[in-house]
Amino acid sequence: MKSDPNEASNRVSDEELHALVDGRLDPVQREALLARLARNPQAHASWQAWQRQRDALRGLHREWLDAEVPAALADAALLASDRQQRAGHWWRWGGMAAGVLCAFGLGWMSRGAQGPLVAAEGPTALHAAPAGGVREFVHQASVAHMVYAPEVRHPVEVSAAQQEHLLQWLSKRLQRPLKVPDLRAEGYELVGGRLLPGSDGARAQFMFQDKAGARVTLYLGAMQAQAASPALVAARPGGPAALPPTADLRESAFRFFDEGPVPGFYWVEQGFGYALTGSLTREQLMRLAQAVYRQL
Amino acid sequence: MSRQSIVDHIPGLRRYARALTADAWAADDLVQDTLERACGKWRLWLVGSDLRAWLFTLMHNIYANQVRGAVRRARHATLVELEAHAAELVAPRDAADLELDLQRCLMRLPEDQRAVLLLVTLEDMAYADVARVLGVPIGTVMSRLSRARSRLRELMEGGAAPARDPASGLGEQDPAVPVLRLMKQAGTMP
Repeated sequence: MKSDPNEASNRVSDEELHALVDGRLDPVQREALLARLARNPQAHASWQAWQRQRDALRGLHREWLDAEVPAALADAALLASDRQQRAGHWWRWGGMAAGVLCAFGLGWMSRGAQGPLVAAEGPTALHAAPAGGVREFVHQASVAHMVYAPEVRHPVEVSAAQQEHLLQWLSKRLQRPLKVPDLRAEGYELVGGRLLPGSDGARAQFMFQDKAGARVTLYLGAMQAQAASPALVAARPGGPAALPPTADLRESAFRFFDEGPVPGFYWVEQGFGYALTGSLTREQLMRLAQAVYRQL
Repeated sequence: MSRQSIVDHIPGLRRYARALTADAWAADDLVQDTLERACGKWRLWLVGSDLRAWLFTLMHNIYANQVRGAVRRARHATLVELEAHAAELVAPRDAADLELDLQRCLMRLPEDQRAVLLLVTLEDMAYADVARVLGVPIGTVMSRLSRARSRLRELMEGGAAPARDPASGLGEQDPAVPVLRLMKQAGTMP
Protein backbone atom coordinates (compact mmCIF):
# COMPACT_ATOMS: atom_id res chain seq x y z
CA MET A 1 0.00 0.00 0.00
CA LYS A 2 1.83 3.01 -1.27
CA SER A 3 -0.22 5.56 0.64
CA ASP A 4 -0.06 3.86 4.02
CA PRO A 5 1.35 6.48 6.42
CA ASN A 6 2.64 3.70 8.65
CA GLU A 7 4.76 2.24 5.89
CA ALA A 8 8.33 2.78 7.04
CA SER A 9 9.32 4.58 3.84
CA ASN A 10 6.42 7.04 4.24
CA ARG A 11 7.00 7.97 7.86
CA VAL A 12 7.94 11.57 8.56
CA SER A 13 9.53 12.56 11.83
CA ASP A 14 8.86 15.81 13.67
CA GLU A 15 12.49 16.78 13.14
CA GLU A 16 12.03 16.50 9.38
CA LEU A 17 8.85 18.56 9.50
CA HIS A 18 10.54 21.27 11.54
CA ALA A 19 13.43 21.41 9.12
CA LEU A 20 11.04 21.70 6.20
CA VAL A 21 8.85 24.35 7.82
CA ASP A 22 11.86 26.36 8.97
CA GLY A 23 13.56 26.18 5.57
CA ARG A 24 16.59 24.23 6.82
CA LEU A 25 16.62 21.63 4.01
CA ASP A 26 18.53 21.81 0.76
CA PRO A 27 16.49 21.44 -2.46
CA VAL A 28 17.21 17.71 -2.84
CA GLN A 29 16.21 16.86 0.73
CA ARG A 30 13.17 19.05 0.37
CA GLU A 31 11.94 17.31 -2.80
CA ALA A 32 12.42 13.89 -1.23
CA LEU A 33 10.50 14.88 1.87
CA LEU A 34 7.65 16.45 -0.11
CA ALA A 35 7.30 13.18 -2.04
CA ARG A 36 6.93 11.25 1.20
CA LEU A 37 4.47 13.80 2.58
CA ALA A 38 2.29 13.27 -0.50
CA ARG A 39 1.84 9.68 0.65
CA ASN A 40 1.19 10.56 4.29
CA PRO A 41 -1.95 12.71 4.69
CA GLN A 42 -1.60 13.10 8.45
CA ALA A 43 1.96 14.40 8.29
CA HIS A 44 0.97 16.52 5.30
CA ALA A 45 -1.77 18.20 7.33
CA SER A 46 0.68 18.85 10.18
CA TRP A 47 3.15 20.36 7.74
CA GLN A 48 0.50 22.67 6.31
CA ALA A 49 -0.71 23.75 9.74
CA TRP A 50 2.82 24.34 11.05
CA GLN A 51 3.72 26.27 7.91
CA ARG A 52 0.70 28.55 8.30
CA GLN A 53 1.61 28.97 11.95
CA ARG A 54 5.19 29.92 11.09
CA ASP A 55 4.05 32.41 8.46
CA ALA A 56 1.67 33.99 10.96
CA LEU A 57 4.41 34.18 13.61
CA ARG A 58 6.83 35.73 11.12
CA GLY A 59 4.34 38.57 10.75
CA LEU A 60 3.70 38.98 14.46
CA HIS A 61 4.63 42.47 15.73
CA ARG A 62 6.53 43.08 12.54
CA GLU A 63 5.96 46.80 12.89
CA TRP A 64 8.29 46.74 15.90
CA LEU A 65 11.20 46.10 13.57
CA ASP A 66 10.70 49.47 11.91
CA ALA A 67 9.64 51.40 14.99
CA GLU A 68 11.89 54.14 16.31
CA VAL A 69 14.07 52.87 19.13
CA PRO A 70 13.36 54.66 22.43
CA ALA A 71 16.21 56.97 23.42
CA ALA A 72 16.83 55.19 26.72
CA LEU A 73 17.40 51.89 24.94
CA ALA A 74 19.67 53.44 22.34
CA ASP A 75 21.73 55.04 25.11
CA ALA A 76 22.08 51.76 26.97
CA ALA A 77 23.11 50.04 23.76
CA LEU A 78 25.79 52.62 23.02
CA LEU A 79 27.26 52.19 26.45
CA ALA A 80 27.21 48.41 26.17
CA SER A 81 28.83 48.56 22.73
CA ASP A 82 31.54 50.75 24.03
CA ARG A 83 32.32 48.23 26.74
CA GLN A 84 32.54 45.45 24.24
CA GLN A 85 34.85 47.34 21.96
CA ARG A 86 37.24 47.47 24.82
CA ALA A 87 36.85 43.79 25.63
CA GLY A 88 39.82 42.74 23.52
CA HIS A 89 41.98 45.28 25.28
CA TRP A 90 40.87 43.92 28.62
CA TRP A 91 41.65 40.34 27.80
CA ARG A 92 45.21 41.40 27.17
CA TRP A 93 45.58 43.57 30.22
CA GLY A 94 43.45 41.64 32.69
CA GLY A 95 46.35 40.08 34.54
CA MET A 96 48.22 43.29 34.86
CA ALA A 97 45.11 45.12 36.02
CA ALA A 98 44.83 42.83 39.05
CA GLY A 99 48.33 43.83 40.11
CA VAL A 100 47.64 47.52 39.62
CA LEU A 101 44.43 47.15 41.60
CA CYS A 102 46.33 45.75 44.58
CA ALA A 103 48.81 48.59 44.42
CA PHE A 104 46.10 51.20 44.39
CA GLY A 105 44.17 49.40 47.10
CA LEU A 106 47.20 49.76 49.36
CA GLY A 107 47.60 53.37 48.39
CA TRP A 108 44.02 54.20 49.23
CA MET A 109 44.09 52.32 52.49
CA SER A 110 47.03 54.30 53.72
CA ARG A 111 45.04 57.48 53.22
CA GLY A 112 42.49 56.18 55.66
CA ALA A 113 39.40 58.24 56.29
CA GLN A 114 40.93 61.65 55.74
CA GLY A 115 38.97 62.07 52.54
CA PRO A 116 40.43 62.94 49.18
CA LEU A 117 43.79 64.58 49.20
CA VAL A 118 44.35 67.24 46.67
CA ALA A 119 47.58 66.70 44.86
CA ALA A 120 50.39 69.12 44.93
CA GLU A 121 50.62 70.31 41.38
CA GLY A 122 53.84 68.52 40.59
CA PRO A 123 54.14 67.09 37.11
CA THR A 124 53.85 63.46 38.24
CA ALA A 125 51.51 63.86 41.17
CA LEU A 126 48.55 61.51 41.16
CA HIS A 127 48.37 61.04 37.48
CA ALA A 128 48.28 57.31 36.90
CA ALA A 129 46.06 54.83 35.17
CA PRO A 130 43.07 53.98 37.33
CA ALA A 131 42.53 50.32 38.05
CA GLY A 132 39.76 47.76 37.72
CA GLY A 133 36.23 48.95 38.35
CA VAL A 134 37.50 52.50 38.75
CA ARG A 135 38.88 52.43 35.26
CA GLU A 136 35.51 51.34 33.90
CA PHE A 137 33.79 53.99 35.93
CA VAL A 138 35.88 56.88 34.64
CA HIS A 139 35.66 55.61 31.11
CA GLN A 140 31.89 55.46 31.33
CA ALA A 141 31.87 58.98 32.73
CA SER A 142 33.96 60.17 29.83
CA VAL A 143 31.82 58.41 27.22
CA ALA A 144 28.61 59.68 28.81
CA HIS A 145 30.00 63.20 28.62
CA MET A 146 30.96 62.74 24.99
CA VAL A 147 27.50 61.41 24.10
CA TYR A 148 25.34 63.97 25.91
CA ALA A 149 27.30 67.18 26.22
CA PRO A 150 26.93 68.04 22.49
CA GLU A 151 23.17 67.39 22.58
CA VAL A 152 21.26 70.52 21.61
CA ARG A 153 17.66 69.51 22.16
CA HIS A 154 17.85 66.73 24.75
CA PRO A 155 21.03 67.15 26.78
CA VAL A 156 19.23 66.01 29.95
CA GLU A 157 16.20 63.93 30.87
CA VAL A 158 15.03 66.25 33.65
CA SER A 159 15.89 69.92 33.47
CA ALA A 160 17.13 72.17 36.26
CA ALA A 161 13.66 73.77 36.40
CA GLN A 162 12.45 70.58 38.08
CA GLN A 163 15.44 70.27 40.35
CA GLU A 164 13.49 68.84 43.27
CA HIS A 165 11.97 66.11 41.16
CA LEU A 166 15.33 65.44 39.53
CA LEU A 167 16.96 64.89 42.91
CA GLN A 168 14.18 62.69 44.28
CA TRP A 169 14.18 60.58 41.18
CA LEU A 170 17.92 60.08 40.91
CA SER A 171 18.28 59.58 44.67
CA LYS A 172 15.69 56.83 44.51
CA ARG A 173 17.35 55.13 41.56
CA LEU A 174 20.85 55.36 43.04
CA GLN A 175 19.52 54.41 46.48
CA ARG A 176 21.27 57.24 48.24
CA PRO A 177 20.30 60.84 48.93
CA LEU A 178 22.07 62.99 46.36
CA LYS A 179 22.93 66.66 46.34
CA VAL A 180 23.49 68.83 43.33
CA PRO A 181 26.53 71.02 43.84
CA ASP A 182 26.10 74.70 43.14
CA LEU A 183 28.78 75.77 40.69
CA ARG A 184 27.50 79.28 39.98
CA ALA A 185 30.45 80.78 41.81
CA GLU A 186 32.60 79.05 39.18
CA GLY A 187 30.38 80.37 36.39
CA TYR A 188 28.43 77.17 35.71
CA GLU A 189 24.64 76.80 35.86
CA LEU A 190 22.86 73.48 36.28
CA VAL A 191 21.28 72.25 33.04
CA GLY A 192 19.72 69.10 34.51
CA GLY A 193 20.42 65.43 34.89
CA ARG A 194 19.81 61.98 33.61
CA LEU A 195 19.89 58.36 34.67
CA LEU A 196 22.39 56.00 33.01
CA PRO A 197 23.18 52.31 33.25
CA GLY A 198 26.56 51.41 34.70
CA SER A 199 28.33 48.12 35.26
CA ASP A 200 27.47 48.14 38.97
CA GLY A 201 23.95 49.52 38.65
CA ALA A 202 22.37 52.89 38.10
CA ARG A 203 24.50 55.97 37.53
CA ALA A 204 23.52 59.62 37.41
CA GLN A 205 24.88 62.44 35.30
CA PHE A 206 24.43 66.10 36.17
CA MET A 207 25.23 68.62 33.48
CA PHE A 208 26.40 72.21 33.97
CA GLN A 209 26.96 74.95 31.44
CA ASP A 210 28.77 78.27 31.48
CA LYS A 211 27.71 81.48 29.75
CA ALA A 212 29.61 80.54 26.60
CA GLY A 213 27.78 77.21 26.43
CA ALA A 214 30.75 75.07 27.51
CA ARG A 215 29.53 72.04 29.43
CA VAL A 216 30.90 69.94 32.24
CA THR A 217 29.27 66.82 33.65
CA LEU A 218 29.36 65.24 37.08
CA TYR A 219 28.95 61.47 36.86
CA LEU A 220 28.31 59.47 39.99
CA GLY A 221 27.26 56.07 41.22
CA ALA A 222 28.03 53.19 43.55
CA MET A 223 31.32 51.39 42.99
CA GLN A 224 31.55 47.68 43.45
CA ALA A 225 33.40 46.75 46.65
CA GLN A 226 36.89 45.61 45.75
CA ALA A 227 37.67 43.04 48.37
CA ALA A 228 41.28 42.69 49.34
CA SER A 229 42.84 39.38 48.43
CA PRO A 230 44.36 37.28 51.24
CA ALA A 231 47.80 38.01 49.83
CA LEU A 232 47.14 41.70 49.99
CA VAL A 233 45.92 41.47 53.55
CA ALA A 234 48.97 39.51 54.64
CA ALA A 235 51.33 41.90 52.91
CA ARG A 236 50.01 44.90 54.72
CA PRO A 237 52.12 46.11 57.65
CA GLY A 238 50.42 45.17 60.87
CA GLY A 239 48.88 42.04 59.45
CA PRO A 240 45.23 41.10 59.02
CA ALA A 241 44.18 42.29 62.45
CA ALA A 242 44.97 45.87 61.51
CA LEU A 243 42.90 45.83 58.35
CA PRO A 244 40.33 48.61 58.45
CA PRO A 245 36.72 48.06 57.34
CA THR A 246 36.37 47.55 53.62
CA ALA A 247 34.91 51.02 53.19
CA ASP A 248 38.39 52.39 53.73
CA LEU A 249 39.62 50.40 50.77
CA ARG A 250 37.32 52.38 48.61
CA GLU A 251 38.48 55.89 49.23
CA SER A 252 40.71 57.67 46.80
CA ALA A 253 42.37 60.97 46.27
CA PHE A 254 41.44 63.21 43.42
CA ARG A 255 42.94 61.74 40.32
CA PHE A 256 43.19 63.14 36.87
CA PHE A 257 42.26 60.94 33.93
CA ASP A 258 42.62 61.54 30.24
CA GLU A 259 42.51 58.07 28.70
CA GLY A 260 38.89 58.47 27.58
CA PRO A 261 37.49 60.79 24.93
CA VAL A 262 37.16 63.66 27.45
CA PRO A 263 39.42 64.30 30.46
CA GLY A 264 38.38 64.85 34.04
CA PHE A 265 38.99 64.27 37.73
CA TYR A 266 37.56 61.41 39.71
CA TRP A 267 37.45 60.34 43.31
CA VAL A 268 35.83 57.64 45.39
CA GLU A 269 34.24 58.18 48.75
CA GLN A 270 32.32 55.72 50.92
CA GLY A 271 31.84 53.33 48.06
CA PHE A 272 30.55 56.04 45.75
CA GLY A 273 32.44 57.18 42.69
CA TYR A 274 32.43 60.71 41.29
CA ALA A 275 33.86 61.94 38.01
CA LEU A 276 33.88 65.53 36.86
CA THR A 277 34.42 65.66 33.14
CA GLY A 278 34.77 68.35 30.53
CA SER A 279 36.88 69.64 27.66
CA LEU A 280 38.79 72.00 29.92
CA THR A 281 42.34 72.33 31.15
CA ARG A 282 43.49 70.20 34.02
CA GLU A 283 43.62 73.26 36.28
CA GLN A 284 40.06 74.30 35.44
CA LEU A 285 38.79 70.80 36.02
CA MET A 286 40.63 70.57 39.33
CA ARG A 287 39.06 73.82 40.56
CA LEU A 288 35.56 72.57 39.66
CA ALA A 289 36.15 69.14 41.17
CA GLN A 290 37.26 70.76 44.42
CA ALA A 291 34.15 72.95 44.42
CA VAL A 292 31.99 69.86 43.93
CA TYR A 293 33.78 67.90 46.63
CA ARG A 294 33.43 70.68 49.19
CA GLN A 295 29.66 70.68 48.73
CA LEU A 296 28.91 66.97 48.70
CA MET B 1 31.28 49.11 13.90
CA SER B 2 30.69 47.06 17.04
CA ARG B 3 29.13 50.18 18.52
CA GLN B 4 26.56 50.19 15.78
CA SER B 5 25.90 46.49 15.92
CA ILE B 6 24.29 46.36 19.37
CA VAL B 7 22.01 49.17 18.32
CA ASP B 8 21.16 47.13 15.23
CA HIS B 9 19.92 44.32 17.43
CA ILE B 10 17.50 46.46 19.44
CA PRO B 11 14.52 46.22 17.05
CA GLY B 12 14.81 42.42 17.00
CA LEU B 13 15.18 42.25 20.78
CA ARG B 14 12.16 44.49 21.28
CA ARG B 15 9.99 42.51 18.92
CA TYR B 16 10.97 39.21 20.49
CA ALA B 17 10.36 40.62 23.97
CA ARG B 18 7.00 41.94 22.84
CA ALA B 19 5.92 38.52 21.59
CA LEU B 20 7.37 36.77 24.62
CA THR B 21 5.68 38.99 27.20
CA ALA B 22 2.57 40.16 25.29
CA ASP B 23 3.11 43.54 26.91
CA ALA B 24 4.72 46.56 25.28
CA TRP B 25 5.92 48.07 28.58
CA ALA B 26 7.24 44.82 29.94
CA ALA B 27 9.02 44.28 26.61
CA ASP B 28 10.96 47.54 26.75
CA ASP B 29 11.77 47.01 30.42
CA LEU B 30 13.16 43.62 29.49
CA VAL B 31 15.28 45.08 26.69
CA GLN B 32 16.56 47.80 29.00
CA ASP B 33 17.50 45.23 31.63
CA THR B 34 19.20 43.17 28.94
CA LEU B 35 21.33 46.09 27.76
CA GLU B 36 22.28 46.98 31.31
CA ARG B 37 23.26 43.39 31.92
CA ALA B 38 25.28 43.45 28.70
CA CYS B 39 27.15 46.40 30.15
CA GLY B 40 27.99 44.56 33.32
CA LYS B 41 28.83 41.24 31.69
CA TRP B 42 30.74 42.44 28.66
CA ARG B 43 33.82 40.54 29.75
CA LEU B 44 31.91 37.32 29.12
CA TRP B 45 31.35 38.19 25.51
CA LEU B 46 34.14 37.03 23.25
CA VAL B 47 34.98 39.30 20.37
CA GLY B 48 33.96 37.63 17.14
CA SER B 49 31.33 35.38 18.72
CA ASP B 50 27.66 35.69 17.88
CA LEU B 51 26.52 38.96 19.42
CA ARG B 52 22.86 38.33 18.73
CA ALA B 53 22.90 34.93 20.43
CA TRP B 54 24.69 36.46 23.41
CA LEU B 55 22.15 39.26 23.79
CA PHE B 56 19.27 36.82 23.54
CA THR B 57 20.92 34.63 26.14
CA LEU B 58 21.11 37.55 28.57
CA MET B 59 17.51 38.44 27.83
CA HIS B 60 16.31 34.91 28.34
CA ASN B 61 18.05 34.61 31.70
CA ILE B 62 16.51 37.85 32.93
CA TYR B 63 13.09 36.83 31.69
CA ALA B 64 13.28 33.39 33.26
CA ASN B 65 14.12 35.01 36.61
CA GLN B 66 11.23 37.43 36.31
CA VAL B 67 8.81 34.65 35.48
CA ARG B 68 9.97 32.53 38.39
CA GLY B 69 9.57 35.47 40.74
CA ALA B 70 6.18 36.45 39.36
CA VAL B 71 4.79 32.94 39.54
CA ARG B 72 6.05 32.58 43.10
CA ARG B 73 4.39 35.83 44.13
CA ALA B 74 1.25 35.05 42.15
CA ARG B 75 0.78 31.83 44.05
CA HIS B 76 0.19 33.93 47.13
CA ALA B 77 -1.47 36.94 45.64
CA THR B 78 -3.34 36.87 42.39
CA LEU B 79 -4.84 33.46 41.74
CA VAL B 80 -8.37 34.75 41.62
CA GLU B 81 -7.57 37.68 39.34
CA LEU B 82 -5.78 35.36 36.98
CA GLU B 83 -8.90 33.30 36.56
CA ALA B 84 -10.86 36.40 35.67
CA HIS B 85 -8.22 37.21 33.07
CA ALA B 86 -8.68 33.84 31.38
CA ALA B 87 -12.09 34.96 30.18
CA GLU B 88 -10.33 37.22 27.71
CA LEU B 89 -8.99 34.20 25.89
CA VAL B 90 -11.81 33.84 23.41
CA ALA B 91 -11.98 32.99 19.73
CA PRO B 92 -11.32 35.81 17.28
CA ARG B 93 -14.30 37.76 16.08
CA ASP B 94 -12.83 38.48 12.66
CA ALA B 95 -9.64 38.30 10.67
CA ALA B 96 -8.36 41.56 12.11
CA ASP B 97 -8.13 39.85 15.48
CA LEU B 98 -5.84 37.15 14.18
CA GLU B 99 -2.69 38.72 15.53
CA LEU B 100 -4.26 39.34 18.90
CA ASP B 101 -5.50 35.80 18.97
CA LEU B 102 -2.13 34.42 17.97
CA GLN B 103 -0.50 36.36 20.80
CA ARG B 104 -3.07 35.11 23.29
CA CYS B 105 -2.61 31.54 22.22
CA LEU B 106 1.14 31.97 22.47
CA MET B 107 0.73 33.08 26.06
CA ARG B 108 -1.05 29.83 26.82
CA LEU B 109 2.06 27.89 25.94
CA PRO B 110 4.45 27.17 28.76
CA GLU B 111 7.12 29.85 28.83
CA ASP B 112 9.98 27.54 27.78
CA GLN B 113 8.05 26.26 24.75
CA ARG B 114 7.09 29.78 23.76
CA ALA B 115 10.71 30.92 23.88
CA VAL B 116 11.83 28.07 21.61
CA LEU B 117 9.06 28.66 19.11
CA LEU B 118 9.69 32.40 18.95
CA LEU B 119 13.45 32.09 18.57
CA VAL B 120 12.98 29.60 15.73
CA THR B 121 10.28 31.54 13.89
CA LEU B 122 10.44 35.22 14.79
CA GLU B 123 14.25 35.23 14.90
CA ASP B 124 14.78 32.38 12.43
CA MET B 125 17.57 31.21 14.72
CA ALA B 126 19.40 27.93 14.07
CA TYR B 127 18.31 25.10 16.39
CA ALA B 128 21.83 24.79 17.79
CA ASP B 129 21.87 28.52 18.60
CA VAL B 130 18.49 28.25 20.31
CA ALA B 131 19.95 25.48 22.47
CA ARG B 132 22.89 27.71 23.42
CA VAL B 133 20.68 30.70 24.16
CA LEU B 134 18.36 28.72 26.40
CA GLY B 135 21.13 26.61 27.90
CA VAL B 136 19.47 23.27 27.12
CA PRO B 137 20.46 20.29 24.91
CA ILE B 138 19.37 20.47 21.30
CA GLY B 139 17.14 17.41 21.83
CA THR B 140 15.19 19.44 24.37
CA VAL B 141 14.86 22.27 21.86
CA MET B 142 13.41 19.90 19.27
CA SER B 143 10.94 18.29 21.66
CA ARG B 144 9.80 21.67 22.98
CA LEU B 145 9.39 22.84 19.42
CA SER B 146 7.19 19.85 18.61
CA ARG B 147 5.05 20.36 21.68
CA ALA B 148 4.78 24.10 21.04
CA ARG B 149 3.71 23.67 17.44
CA SER B 150 1.21 20.93 18.20
CA ARG B 151 -0.27 22.78 21.13
CA LEU B 152 -0.48 26.09 19.27
CA ARG B 153 -2.20 24.32 16.40
CA GLU B 154 -4.79 22.89 18.79
CA LEU B 155 -5.34 26.27 20.37
CA MET B 156 -5.69 28.07 17.05
CA GLU B 157 -7.84 25.48 15.34
CA GLY B 158 -9.91 24.26 18.25
CA GLY B 159 -11.29 27.68 19.13
CA ALA B 160 -8.98 29.61 21.32
CA ALA B 161 -10.72 28.92 24.58
CA PRO B 162 -11.19 25.27 25.34
CA ALA B 163 -13.11 24.54 28.49
CA ARG B 164 -11.07 25.35 31.51
CA ASP B 165 -11.61 24.12 35.01
CA PRO B 166 -11.95 27.23 37.16
CA ALA B 167 -10.78 25.28 40.18
CA SER B 168 -7.57 24.12 38.53
CA GLY B 169 -5.44 26.99 39.81
CA LEU B 170 -2.13 27.67 38.16
CA GLY B 171 -1.67 25.11 35.43
CA GLU B 172 1.32 24.85 33.17
CA GLN B 173 -0.44 26.94 30.54
CA ASP B 174 -0.93 29.93 32.72
CA PRO B 175 0.65 32.86 31.00
CA ALA B 176 3.36 34.48 33.01
CA VAL B 177 2.97 38.00 31.80
CA PRO B 178 -0.68 38.49 32.53
CA VAL B 179 0.56 37.73 36.03
CA LEU B 180 3.11 40.50 35.71
CA ARG B 181 0.55 42.85 34.28
CA LEU B 182 -1.96 42.11 37.00
CA MET B 183 0.66 42.73 39.62
CA LYS B 184 1.48 46.04 38.01
CA GLN B 185 -2.16 47.02 38.05
CA ALA B 186 -2.39 46.01 41.66
CA GLY B 187 0.45 48.43 42.37
CA THR B 188 2.83 45.83 43.73
CA MET B 189 5.42 46.61 41.11
CA PRO B 190 6.79 50.01 40.16
